[in-house]
Amino acid sequence: MKPAPFEYVRASTVDEAVAALAAAGGEAKLLAGGQSLVPMLNFRVVDAPVFVDINGIEGLGRIDETADGGLRVGALVRHFALETSAAVKQRFPVLHEAMKHVAHLAIRNRGTIGGSLSHADPAAELPSMAVLLDARIFTASGAGGREIAARDFFVAPLTTVLEPDEMVVAVELPGLPGGSGWGFAEFAQRRGDFAVAGVAAIAAMEDRSVTEARIVLMGLHDTPVRAHKAEAALLDGDIDAAAAAAREDAEPMDDLHGSAGYRRHLAEVLTRRVLHDAIRRAQG
Amino acid sequence: MTAKISIAVSVNGENHVAEVEPRLLLADFLRENLDLTGTHVGCEHGICGACTVLMNGDSVRSCLTFAVQADGAEIETVESLGEIDALGPLQQAFREHHALQCGFCTPGMLMTATDMLRKYPLETDDDIRDGLSGNICRCTGYQNIVAAVRSAADKRGGN
Repeated sequence: MKPAPFEYVRASTVDEAVAALAAAGGEAKLLAGGQSLVPMLNFRVVDAPVFVDINGIEGLGRIDETADGGLRVGALVRHFALETSAAVKQRFPVLHEAMKHVAHLAIRNRGTIGGSLSHADPAAELPSMAVLLDARIFTASGAGGREIAARDFFVAPLTTVLEPDEMVVAVELPGLPGGSGWGFAEFAQRRGDFAVAGVAAIAAMEDRSVTEARIVLMGLHDTPVRAHKAEAALLDGDIDAAAAAAREDAEPMDDLHGSAGYRRHLAEVLTRRVLHDAIRRAQG
Repeated sequence: MTAKISIAVSVNGENHVAEVEPRLLLADFLRENLDLTGTHVGCEHGICGACTVLMNGDSVRSCLTFAVQADGAEIETVESLGEIDALGPLQQAFREHHALQCGFCTPGMLMTATDMLRKYPLETDDDIRDGLSGNICRCTGYQNIVAAVRSAADKRGGN
């Protein structure tokens, strides 16, 4: 229950961090909040000769409002900062609500958005929020960095498209369409545990009809995914049909905490709940 | 192989300089190097909360933090809350409400509650339960811990 020996590099700029990753030839790992990484080190299920601590890099801890009504969130913004940000609460109330479900205070004090996205747990809140909110993920690397749409970012459980010498530096959330409502619900065995299943939705309305529908499934697939069949049913104005379709959109697995069948049941129940909330809020 | 790294850290207001291996966990640094055994090590993977301390005022799991990451930081442990003969207000509330039995989880409960009391209004007991949800107690059934934190929250005043 103690980590194996490793070399520790403290980076004070993004360039230093990327250079340290490159120097280790793909063997190094980044250390940000450490709330998922260090348990795996303690268990020795993850091992690397070099860890690059990025906590001291200045300028990555900011939440800035963007002109399109969205936000640009630095990779080192802690969960507690997102949870308590007035700008987040005003522009993305669904994210404000989701953050309350992220683990526990001591973990929210340390965990970062860049770390959560890079760790890519399909049952975690932030990867699902990134997909729901059409986030654009900005990275830096030896090759210069790039912009990746959240829907293209997650590949499999704990796997992203990030290269070994690439790090997330910021996440941009574009502003939501006017007249949109939101819903968020998850079921977990205990408060703060990873969700057995969760659903989040954004619905925009005009003249009592749904003009845009986004529904994301959490813990119901090997990555966070949009529920396209459910979205199509919602655009037709039928919440019950959308909830039933979410069962088909889900591709859950059996595990200790629930069977695939139970998770499909949760997909339907939670989808119905969040869509009622989203439509009610969209109607103001 | 892995060179030791020099750190300077303030613990409960006292400055310490030490040479540590990068893999040394903050919990072990506090207990083994500084002999501050009030911080308890339970699960060592961030589930039980027994090792919770404050780092620059924020509660953190000291089993998920490396001592090298505390370089330049101010750490507060359970030893900072009071003395046996002069308990702090939160410790006094735990005593009055019989909020501990074996005591193993208590240092983590106290440090978590310290952070909660500073950051959250804690208007309802559900808010207190949410806040304590990352700390596991196998004796009390939690009821008396919630009552103790409620009592401390009501006496805060001013904030």
